[in-house]
Amino acid sequence: MLKSKWLSTVALCALLAAGGAQAQKKVVAVSIPAATHGWTAGVVYHAQAAAKEINKAFPGVDVVVKTSPSAAAQVSALEDLSASRNLAALVILPFSSEELTGPVKSVKGKGAFVTVVDRGLTDPGVQDLYVAGDNIAVGRNTAKYLVDKMGGKGNLVVLRGIPTVIDDERIKGFQDTLKGTEMKVLDIQYANWNSDQAFKLMQDYLAKYPKIDAVWANDDDMLLGVLEAIKQSGRKEIKYALGGNGMKEIIKKVMDGDAVTPVETPYPPSMIKTAIYMTVANLVGQVPVRGAVKLDAPLITKQNAKEYYFPDSPF
Amino acid sequence: MNAITQNAPIAREPGFNISWSDSGPFIALAALLVIGYLINPDFLSATNLSNVVARSAFIAIIAVGATFVISSGGLDLSVGSMAAFITGVMILFMNGMAPAYGNWAIPAGMAVALVVGLLCGLVNGLIVTVGKIEAFIATLGTMGIFRALITYMSDGGTIPIDRSLREAYRPVYFGTVAGVPIPIVVSLAVAALGAFILYRMKYGRRCAAVGANEEVARYSGISIVKTRTLAYVAQGGCVAIAAMCYVPRLGAATPTTGLLWELQVITAVVIGGTVLRGGKGRIWGTVAGAVVLELIANLMVLSDLVSEYLVGAVQGAIIIIAMLIQRFSRK
Repeated sequence: MLKSKWLSTVALCALLAAGGAQAQKKVVAVSIPAATHGWTAGVVYHAQAAAKEINKAFPGVDVVVKTSPSAAAQVSALEDLSASRNLAALVILPFSSEELTGPVKSVKGKGAFVTVVDRGLTDPGVQDLYVAGDNIAVGRNTAKYLVDKMGGKGNLVVLRGIPTVIDDERIKGFQDTLKGTEMKVLDIQYANWNSDQAFKLMQDYLAKYPKIDAVWANDDDMLLGVLEAIKQSGRKEIKYALGGNGMKEIIKKVMDGDAVTPVETPYPPSMIKTAIYMTVANLVGQVPVRGAVKLDAPLITKQNAKEYYFPDSPF
Repeated sequence: MNAITQNAPIAREPGFNISWSDSGPFIALAALLVIGYLINPDFLSATNLSNVVARSAFIAIIAVGATFVISSGGLDLSVGSMAAFITGVMILFMNGMAPAYGNWAIPAGMAVALVVGLLCGLVNGLIVTVGKIEAFIATLGTMGIFRALITYMSDGGTIPIDRSLREAYRPVYFGTVAGVPIPIVVSLAVAALGAFILYRMKYGRRCAAVGANEEVARYSGISIVKTRTLAYVAQGGCVAIAAMCYVPRLGAATPTTGLLWELQVITAVVIGGTVLRGGKGRIWGTVAGAVVLELIANLMVLSDLVSEYLVGAVQGAIIIIAMLIQRFSRK
């Protein structure tokens, strides 16, 4: 008798506690661009994975992921997200800095913790936490690897992406590191982060230069086209063909110990996951996270490739 | 190859005015080859030329279809997205079949691609003819739809072909027949068929008639709806054939596959001497136009004349100059 009474009290308490938690569930809104190419597809994948894991691990937190196909749509999404509920935090990868700064500011005005990912806002005062990768390091670490492996000598060709800050920074990091060595960049042209254009450009490089020691495509989509062009030409003198970003096909090559593509530099779409976890850590565990986090672009080698390999991700 | 294409159309166009005017695109092509050689002798190497002409095959094949659509007074902006969509459907189908049927998945995938292509073309055609919607708007709409579908099918990422099929299918782009790359053979075959239909068959005359003057064509008893719809269906078929040659190259479909191909296709058709407002189509000129476009891009990389930032501007200028050469050669 006593025992059953005690049990029911426990049950009642548990029920009350659960109800209480339900009432004050902390909502974390995640606003990201919709998947239109490999990298953003990776962002969507990792954001959804983070939401699922966190919602399971912390019953008191509700992570909501919302994708938007354009800057204007993202502004509306922010309004919708903050109008219907009280946001404890907002994690946003803004489409464009200018258009999103105002709307994010108004969300913050309602008391939300703001985490900005990848692309900064025009007013850094809005953000509580900033998480980004390091595009200069992508170029720098790739160049450093090539300089080391090739003894500071050799002929390179480079394929660059779409004219943007991201592309400029990668190229700058690469070229600055080559300064003072005897490595020569024979040619550098835009292939718009597109594997078809990269295929054509690499065919042309091969026709133009009788001896190429290494190729750097500053994105893995382009590297796929480059590798196919090299394979077709049957040329054997190319020692290295490197990419960047962390596409799963290329990481797999690194894992398998590919001779021409033995390393990779990440600009990982999984940084969105880093940002979501840090934000939730602040809400749940009182972990101080305010500040700016710049993820390095460490060389991915055969040893650590597993850490960056997501076979289920579309990217 | 150039010698053949230069002579062929003039000899085989009995129904049209045979004059120097039709050789415009070939003169531009020849001029480009000479200039290219002067800038960099490697330009005329057999490897480089066969690479470039093989690369131009997709645009050439699609542009043969576009020659029908445009000469009948239509326009199709959806071809690039449609190519991506067909590629996606084809790869998904082949991957699904590969475990059970092995390499038979490849011909089956090609058949599926052709059917999907013809259906896509039919949809475009019916919207334009039966739906009576301006071709520009109708195909702009389907362009968005096809692009969204491929993005959806790939989750924004890549749809790669099954590893077991990759090597078996690879020769369709990289293989050769008597030393000529297969994509070039395919595009010549498509162009020959297109030229036969456009110049020698009743349907070809109807196309030109409808494009030249709809009213007159109608009074002559030509069905405008049927003629135009068929042109779009042929366009869909050509896109499917291009997709079949495209898949083995990189073995994947992505949301950026075939991006802006529609503009290259239209440019190739116009460089080739087809009139954009309809009424006159030039198949072999179109093929030459596609090769000219690809040669220009190739020449930009092989020469060291232009900064990487200005490549687009120079390409644009060369296209305009090529058109001017045509215009003057007409006098």
